[in-house]
Amino acid sequence: MDFIGAIFSNLGEQTGFGTLATMGGVDAIKQIIMIAISCVLLYLGIVKKFEPLLLVGIAFGMLLTNLPGSGIYHPELWYASGSANVDWGAVLHDGGFLDILYLGVKLGIYPSLIFAGVGAMTDFGPMMANPKSMLLGAAAQLGVYVAMLGAIALGFTGPEAASIGIIGGADGPTAIWLTKTLAPHLLGPIAIAAYSYMALIPLIQPPIMRLLTTEKMRKVKMEQLRPVSQTEKILFPIVVTIVTCLILPSVASLLGCLMLGNLWKECGVTDRLSDTAQNALMNIVTIFLGISVGATATAAQFLSLQTIEIIVMGLTAFAFATAGGLLIGDLMYFLTGGKINPLIGSAGVSAVPMAARVSQVEGQKWNPSNFLLMHAMGPNVSGVIGSAVAAGFLLAVFGG
Amino acid sequence: MSVDTTHISFANGLLVAALGVSVVFAVLVLLMGIIKVQTIVVEALEGKNKESAPEPAAPAAPAAPAAPAKVAKGSCGGIALHDVPDATAAMVMAIVADELQTPLNELRFISIREVK
Repeated sequence: MDFIGAIFSNLGEQTGFGTLATMGGVDAIKQIIMIAISCVLLYLGIVKKFEPLLLVGIAFGMLLTNLPGSGIYHPELWYASGSANVDWGAVLHDGGFLDILYLGVKLGIYPSLIFAGVGAMTDFGPMMANPKSMLLGAAAQLGVYVAMLGAIALGFTGPEAASIGIIGGADGPTAIWLTKTLAPHLLGPIAIAAYSYMALIPLIQPPIMRLLTTEKMRKVKMEQLRPVSQTEKILFPIVVTIVTCLILPSVASLLGCLMLGNLWKECGVTDRLSDTAQNALMNIVTIFLGISVGATATAAQFLSLQTIEIIVMGLTAFAFATAGGLLIGDLMYFLTGGKINPLIGSAGVSAVPMAARVSQVEGQKWNPSNFLLMHAMGPNVSGVIGSAVAAGFLLAVFGG
Repeated sequence: MSVDTTHISFANGLLVAALGVSVVFAVLVLLMGIIKVQTIVVEALEGKNKESAPEPAAPAAPAAPAAPAKVAKGSCGGIALHDVPDATAAMVMAIVADELQTPLNELRFISIREVK
């Protein structure tokens, strides 16, 4: 009888409920709050369709890692006692399922592979047809630096502030790529803020767009873009890779993969690879990335004042990024004698193609015969390059 | 020279921000210039190739009427465009399909006309 009792007692202690009871008090409540937050994020992803492809995975990874006793992710293996060095042997020996998947984040593999897929899906033609639109993509990186300054003012360290600032790049893989190196302990909240705000772009941007443009500006109808030849499209990724990586070698893995994916798409002889990068590879990496990033959002890391500050600074970053693009758009409107509709400036925040669609929708509200989508795609894809350059710069400054 | 960027002051942060914005603009302006030069070179080369290509020989006999173009699977056939370029028409159709949440091949567009 004692034997059976001992077995039941052991089983009881090994359940999640038993672990919660052992933890007791505040720690147990924190775990329960994290489970509730992950359920809210699942709701936002599934019901409200907030970037569901990533948010569902992130939320589920968060749920798994916060289930008491699961032991599938060990934060102490990755950033023990503030040390920047990881004991790789310990990770392979003692790591759980999500620790092994997290290797792809830590080594920067997933964000770069996602960028290969993004490159294979992106048409840089509108940007090449109107190269001036690259200025809008550059201006929209203002949000990165404003948020970084805000984070410094709030007391974050330089690398942490840079990681928070890159939320303004409105580019999830870039944010993850930079944060995994500069501030891995903030990866969970930063990734969640980045993807949540990207989903909220149709709500965040329109009021700022109306505030910073006049009705006359919003009604401007832009001229048809010139067709871009295949040769130009093939040369573009090669030239961008050489030039950008010579200036900022730190961005080679991210931008190199973006351009490689684009070259697969445009060169006409690697259709199979382009198709794989756009679909199968992208989907597989998205699964790994989402679940492993979500796993980093443990109660100890996530339930802190820092998370709220990150969420506030993330919103600031998006707002200033939108404003930066719009203000340069206004300037270009005046300099071109009213030929540029400044609404396309807000698309410079990256977040392809959501931000370009917001420009299109907003433009049509004021002039139903106006089609800004292709014009907005120029700053939109420039924003992807701009945010990668901004990330490379921040890595060069703070990662040394 | 090693610099402590971990505990950065707000003033140094401002410098980093100014430098960062400048770097992003510098790289994108450089790329902008390169794209412009590339366009000029490619257009010049392609123009040359077109000029040097031999004129196609006149057909000896009247050509047989061309077979009708193959219609893509699921397509409902042609569309009349009035003062609307192909690219704009494609974009309009994509937007309509997106707004209606209906696959493009389940919609039939009869004509698109620009409202002036």
